[in-house]
Amino acid sequence: MNNAIEIRNITKRFGNLAALDNVTFSVPDGSVFGLIGPDGAGKTTLYSILATLLAPDSGRATVAGLDVIKDFKRLRSAIGYMPERFSLYPDLTVSENLHFFASLFGVRVEDNFDLIAPIFGQLAKFPHRMAAALSGGMKQKLALSCALIHRPKVLLLDEPTTGVDAVSRSEFWEMLATLKQKGITILVSTSYMDEAERCDRIALINKGHILDVDAPGKLVDKTGIDIYNASAREMYPLLQAIRNIDGVKDCYTFGATLHLATDKNFNLENAIGRLRQEGLTDARIYPAKGNIEDLFIKLAKE
Amino acid sequence: MKEKEPIISVCNLTKKFGNFTAVDNITFEVGKGEIFGFLGANGAGKTTAIRMLCGLSFPTSGSGTVAGYDIMSQAEEIKRHIGYMSQKFSLYQDLTVWENLKLFSTIYGMTDREIKIKADMVFTTLGMADMRNALVKEIPLGWKQKLAFAAATMHSPDVVFLDEPTGGVDPATRRRFWEMIYQASSQGMTIFVTTHYLDEAEYCHRVSIMVDGHIRALDSPAMLKKQYHAATMDEVFRIIAQGAQRTD
Repeated sequence: MNNAIEIRNITKRFGNLAALDNVTFSVPDGSVFGLIGPDGAGKTTLYSILATLLAPDSGRATVAGLDVIKDFKRLRSAIGYMPERFSLYPDLTVSENLHFFASLFGVRVEDNFDLIAPIFGQLAKFPHRMAAALSGGMKQKLALSCALIHRPKVLLLDEPTTGVDAVSRSEFWEMLATLKQKGITILVSTSYMDEAERCDRIALINKGHILDVDAPGKLVDKTGIDIYNASAREMYPLLQAIRNIDGVKDCYTFGATLHLATDKNFNLENAIGRLRQEGLTDARIYPAKGNIEDLFIKLAKE
Repeated sequence: MKEKEPIISVCNLTKKFGNFTAVDNITFEVGKGEIFGFLGANGAGKTTAIRMLCGLSFPTSGSGTVAGYDIMSQAEEIKRHIGYMSQKFSLYQDLTVWENLKLFSTIYGMTDREIKIKADMVFTTLGMADMRNALVKEIPLGWKQKLAFAAATMHSPDVVFLDEPTGGVDPATRRRFWEMIYQASSQGMTIFVTTHYLDEAEYCHRVSIMVDGHIRALDSPAMLKKQYHAATMDEVFRIIAQGAQRTD
């Protein structure tokens, strides 16, 4: 199997800050690959390099077999890029935006419409509406349609679902699955950890370094994060009390419960006894399995 | 929570744009000190509703009060007694941390003396004293968020509206932000918050879920999960919002 994206020892500095520090990984052909990391990790810088908008200080990268420096012109036709901020022209209509992007790439909308039809869907009902007048979810669908209109081999999506509701996010990921079936490779970044779990493989990135690359399930398994769940009626006092217990390395909210990361000094019975003493008589603590979100929080703290 | 005196109370609130009914006859109350999650799909009418609650837009029909002021006749008083923060715009990037706090406080009519006392308190509680003179564009996102919250609450409003305060923010930073919300709530401030992260809905005392301009559900997360036989708020949301006719 070939790699749709090859990144070898890429470094990019802005003044004293190494936004990317010797980054190396590859994205297999036809996969959905997640780039996961906190704000300021270097994700957008990496997208800019892969999209040939920024040159690395050192290292090499290819996308669809084309070098980001030497072959930048041809590379631009092989990728579809959806930046974090919407790339549409607000004072062009839906139809004008689509035709404009098609003409930039020298294709006709009709030639590739089959690819975008499932995404374009509802937008077809109001072709003459200004892009500025579309709501967030619709803008996102139009931007994706425009990024796909020249039938790229690789799709670069930088936080495509920020500000999008849970139901629409699910729909968006179903669209990505369809595009994957058509052989398009997708590199996607996200701050939603449930989306990270839907990727074939993910790269964890922090402060310009790649921490690990693997299938989401395998990453969690091999990092071996043992956690405890805790709950009580009064959650905020519980959170504060647990942080003062011996052996608790971290305690954070996790939906309806709290999660505790612990070390060998932690003793379950002592912990519960301590909470009882502090008046949290209904507090419960029990072992649980960590997931990708726990792994992320652990890495972000280190 | 809701048996406490309401800080927000609206009855049959409706907003029409031409023949489109963005907000359709919504009625609810929010108690003092409550963390109230205002959920809904994109396009459900949340932003339109929040604009009416903040005195930025008048309802087509219906009535309501926010912080004791009438949303029809006392919009200016409402603006003075609330705080507002959104992810999209809340701070001036080219001003320092201190200049941002001073600007917002002055707009809210605080005196220099009041601002100084409150700002010192904020810098201590948030542990931001070192960053006082840093430009906002140069501080990490987690600090920007804390600062934006501080700027929205310097004038000690009765209620603060947070419109997707954690959009696009990573899991670790989101959690630090929510601890600040807990703290403010425990000190009596009412929090009215929207979010697309449904784990955050679990941290609210009560949540409402809007679909197609209507409030389809309103209760504590525990009760909603029980009612819809769901394990998480994510499931509850999907069950309720799945049938939305209005695509945003």
